[in-house]
Amino acid sequence: MTTKISFILNGDKISYEIKDHWTLSHLLREEMGLIGTKEGCGNGECGACTVIVDNLAVNSCLYLAIEIDDKNVETIEGLASTDGTLHPLQQSFVDNGGIQCGFCSPGMIMSSKALLDENPDADREEIKHALAGNICRCTGYIQIFESVEAAKELAAEDKGGENG
Amino acid sequence: MDNLKSELSVVGKPIPKLDAAQKAMGRAEYIQDVKLPGMLYGKILYSKFANANIIKIDTSKAKALAGVHAVLTGEDVPKKMKMGFIKDNPPIKKGRVSSFRDEVAAVAAISPEIAKKALALIEIEYEELEGIFDPEKAMEKDAPLVHEHLKSNVLKMPWNIHYGDVDKAEKESAFVVEDRFTTTWVTHCCMGTSGAVALFDASDNLTIYSNTQIPSLAQKDFLEALKSMGLENKRARVIKPIIGGGFGSKLDTYAYEHIAILLAHKCKKPVKIMFDRVEEFNATSTRQPTVIYIKQGCDKNGKLTFRDMRMVLDNGAHTSWGATTPSVMLMPISSLYKVENVKYNAKCVYTNNTYSQAMRGYGNPQATFAIESSMDMLAEKCGMDRVEFRKINKNQSGDETPQGLKITSCGLEECIDAVKEELKFDNNNEKGVGTGIASLIHVGGGARIYGSDGCGAILKMDDYGKVDIFTGGSDMGQGLDNITAQIVAEELGLFAEDINVVHSDTDVCPWDVGAHASRSTFVAGNAALGAAKKVKKKIQEFASKILDAPAEALEFKDRNVFFPGDPEKTMPIGKLLRKAHFSPNGTMLMAENFYDPDNQNMGKELKGNMSMTYSFGAHGVKVKVDEETGKVEVLEYVAAHDVGRAINPLLLEGQVYGGVVMGLGYALTEEVVNQNGKNMNANFRDYKLFTAKD
Repeated sequence: MTTKISFILNGDKISYEIKDHWTLSHLLREEMGLIGTKEGCGNGECGACTVIVDNLAVNSCLYLAIEIDDKNVETIEGLASTDGTLHPLQQSFVDNGGIQCGFCSPGMIMSSKALLDENPDADREEIKHALAGNICRCTGYIQIFESVEAAKELAAEDKGGENG
Repeated sequence: MDNLKSELSVVGKPIPKLDAAQKAMGRAEYIQDVKLPGMLYGKILYSKFANANIIKIDTSKAKALAGVHAVLTGEDVPKKMKMGFIKDNPPIKKGRVSSFRDEVAAVAAISPEIAKKALALIEIEYEELEGIFDPEKAMEKDAPLVHEHLKSNVLKMPWNIHYGDVDKAEKESAFVVEDRFTTTWVTHCCMGTSGAVALFDASDNLTIYSNTQIPSLAQKDFLEALKSMGLENKRARVIKPIIGGGFGSKLDTYAYEHIAILLAHKCKKPVKIMFDRVEEFNATSTRQPTVIYIKQGCDKNGKLTFRDMRMVLDNGAHTSWGATTPSVMLMPISSLYKVENVKYNAKCVYTNNTYSQAMRGYGNPQATFAIESSMDMLAEKCGMDRVEFRKINKNQSGDETPQGLKITSCGLEECIDAVKEELKFDNNNEKGVGTGIASLIHVGGGARIYGSDGCGAILKMDDYGKVDIFTGGSDMGQGLDNITAQIVAEELGLFAEDINVVHSDTDVCPWDVGAHASRSTFVAGNAALGAAKKVKKKIQEFASKILDAPAEALEFKDRNVFFPGDPEKTMPIGKLLRKAHFSPNGTMLMAENFYDPDNQNMGKELKGNMSMTYSFGAHGVKVKVDEETGKVEVLEYVAAHDVGRAINPLLLEGQVYGGVVMGLGYALTEEVVNQNGKNMNANFRDYKLFTAKD
């Protein structure tokens, strides 16, 4: 069975003929070549495949592609500006040692984005809660928390700049 | 030494990981992301039993399935294709399986789904045999043999050492303690699962994309595999995509790589084998569990008199580097704290469990856990404060340990003091709250385990002052790319971003023994430094003529070469390189260097200075234990390390944080639950890694 769906992907309108059993991570990675979304377990246990659908962080390995019809999907590829400037979260993960092997990083950054979009002032406990579903084996999480906190500051500065 | 005195511009700076932006944007390519034209997908069928004879295999239905290109069984594997350092393990088993992880067949098909379907169509008749899963029981006289032709389950390994006279020292000791400890199965849990893509060119030369920490040794294994296939004098090129975590898991070559090679050769197409998470848990090698017997004594002043340790290690059904972890266990056993009389015996025992492998620390954590637990007991027995007791027995600069390790510099006492200062050991009267301290020694200046402990580097400069450096060393997230770039940039007066570090392809990178034993910063770093020094000298000689200044007096900074005495005598390095290139009899600046440290192989006596330097540290922890449920909450954790000069403090901290959390998982939450050889928790729900909330 195939179905034609329409959705917004990183700001672009997309129409795509999909097989009904495809997961969103399959659609993104295998069909559309968006390899930034990683698959670490295929069971919703590690969070490496996290993307944002209508402002919610979801495990794309469990999310059926057919469910994104008429929805807004954000992946790691859509975060940086078109001129190549990194999103504040990407920049702060880079600057604060939030990335080692990097396999969990796209999912980690997407979960952090969903959090900060909703709660720009999230504190350490809220950050920990939001990232509880994203496993990292390299960093011990400390520099990831510091990265998210630094991103809050960066975002606040950017906003200050715009207002000023 | 000059560098230590002068101010450094690049070394010592917290420069973010060079590939971090690429990774943050989702552009880094892992083995998961490698897709080649015409590529087929391979899948492996594993044994249904922990120990069984294979009576019959019928692959006809699988072969008949549309989309299937090849089906292999043990019959299709060349007789001499074997894995592991004692070559006891063919990539697909024939006639007999000795663990659930044993490969019995493999398929290549046009899609992963069809390959999976084909596996289900392979019919195998087994005769189940009694298995043995407890290494101590496997040592008993009438235990079933894992490999009958070997006549014993105990591997022939040389782990039997006696320095000094332990029996005499025991008799003369004022206090003696003795206990038995066990450690559990834990596994690497790299976030990126294992995989490989193999392909052959028209002349039967192999290219293999694989996750490996040992590109050069893997190349040697694959050349041997080709030879076993009748492809002698062919080439093997190993390409290493970005690695999604290593931790020792990628120190050997594995069945999936050899099977991908066999399938690719048979199908004349690229073949990819990619593990899913369940397969990653079930079919990769773990850190082996140990049973540890330890006896230690001290005199009435608290000075250690002897240490006597005996271990039984579960080797699993086949042999990989897990069987050599006692060589590293020997280091803390002989040399953590001063103790003259040391005995150590380790038996690696075949069982029908999964076979064991190196994992972060390579045996050191198991040995140190028992030593430090015993140190607490001995301190208590002789009535001394456990921190003071450790300080009485501390290692010091200038020591030579019974094993022959030469301690060049040692900050152990400072580390212990730092932990004590931070953790305030004595101020806890709260119910269920306790503290602990442990020290560590580890190699820090290479580790000569093979004939060579070396690493090569090739450095070339372009016309614009940029550097490409091809290193044998491997980055898997720990930051060797930065270390290399920062060292080269420092030496040549450049910025880290001017240095492109290539560490991914045996066709262009020179030899290295592998990313293990905390050796890469020291060995690959020195290889790069040597190459940079050679190029620097060439630039100095050329610039000397152009700037009319003595070559050796010329300095390099901020992309310029200059003569410190005269501000007029300066030139951008790029301009100088162009002049060198586009002059009559022009030249380009390149250099190669192979660095092999002056450390010693331990040899048959298991004695020798295996590393150029040793690193020390102390960790302290304050925990709260719920006395009803046993739940442990970590309240504070302090880690103090004597690291020398940190080349990149940001990445160094990341290594310590990551190591601490992996260690806490080992101690508190992680365990592969093994029931008669079967992994009962092959997923992240039941294998409990620390999460952000822990």
